[in-house]
Amino acid sequence: MIYFYVGIGGMIGASLRFLIGEWLKSPDQWFPYSTLTVNLTGSFILAWFTMGIVERYSLSAKWKAALGTGLVGSYTTFSTLSMDAVFLYERGDLLLSLLYIGISIFGGLAFSMLGFTLGRRRAS
Amino acid sequence: MFTKLLLVGTGGFIGAILRHGISQWISKRTVSALPVATLFVNLLGSFVLGLITGLDLSKFWVLFLGTGILGAFTTFSTFKLESIQLRLKKNWKTFILYTVLSYTLGITLAWTGFQLGRLFSS
Repeated sequence: MIYFYVGIGGMIGASLRFLIGEWLKSPDQWFPYSTLTVNLTGSFILAWFTMGIVERYSLSAKWKAALGTGLVGSYTTFSTLSMDAVFLYERGDLLLSLLYIGISIFGGLAFSMLGFTLGRRRAS
Repeated sequence: MFTKLLLVGTGGFIGAILRHGISQWISKRTVSALPVATLFVNLLGSFVLGLITGLDLSKFWVLFLGTGILGAFTTFSTFKLESIQLRLKKNWKTFILYTVLSYTLGITLAWTGFQLGRLFSS
């Protein structure tokens, strides 16, 4: 049954990611802003949710899986990130591709760390 | 717009369940500080997305398979949270290995899939 909840979360997460992609359609032509937006915000939310909400309210495994694994897990994506990097490279923008990878690496870690710290503070 | 959303949502439903299933299966069978399950789904998903992008499929499949299934099958937030947890445990070697493997192999596999797809589409 837990699989069903993960699926519902996935449905919502993927839809939100798609809507942000539609919203950032024109700036995306130049640089993959939409993937960065979902990945960075999602990294913050998942760490904050896991440390703050799950711990504080001792959420059941069902809710943890539906919201964390399902919703936020599917809202962010790694396959599109890889493909975005390939696209920029194939387009001849090697520097932009490297910049994109750099922002993903360090930005992702920073946002996740921030969520982790704020979440832990909230839980204690 | 609604049809597109439905395609992506249905794909997301399937992709998230597949990721959860595969992650559970791998986690139960491996003992490793390296988050092998997330690494596996992210690498496999990157390759398949490269392949279908190279094949230049119709908008229907791009939304359903690409944005929906593979977008949800792979994950960035879990990857980063696991990295932060490795960092806080001061497991530097695994932290760096996880980051380097994810990005180098992920992008190389997406590129390989893309070239293969292009080969088959023409």
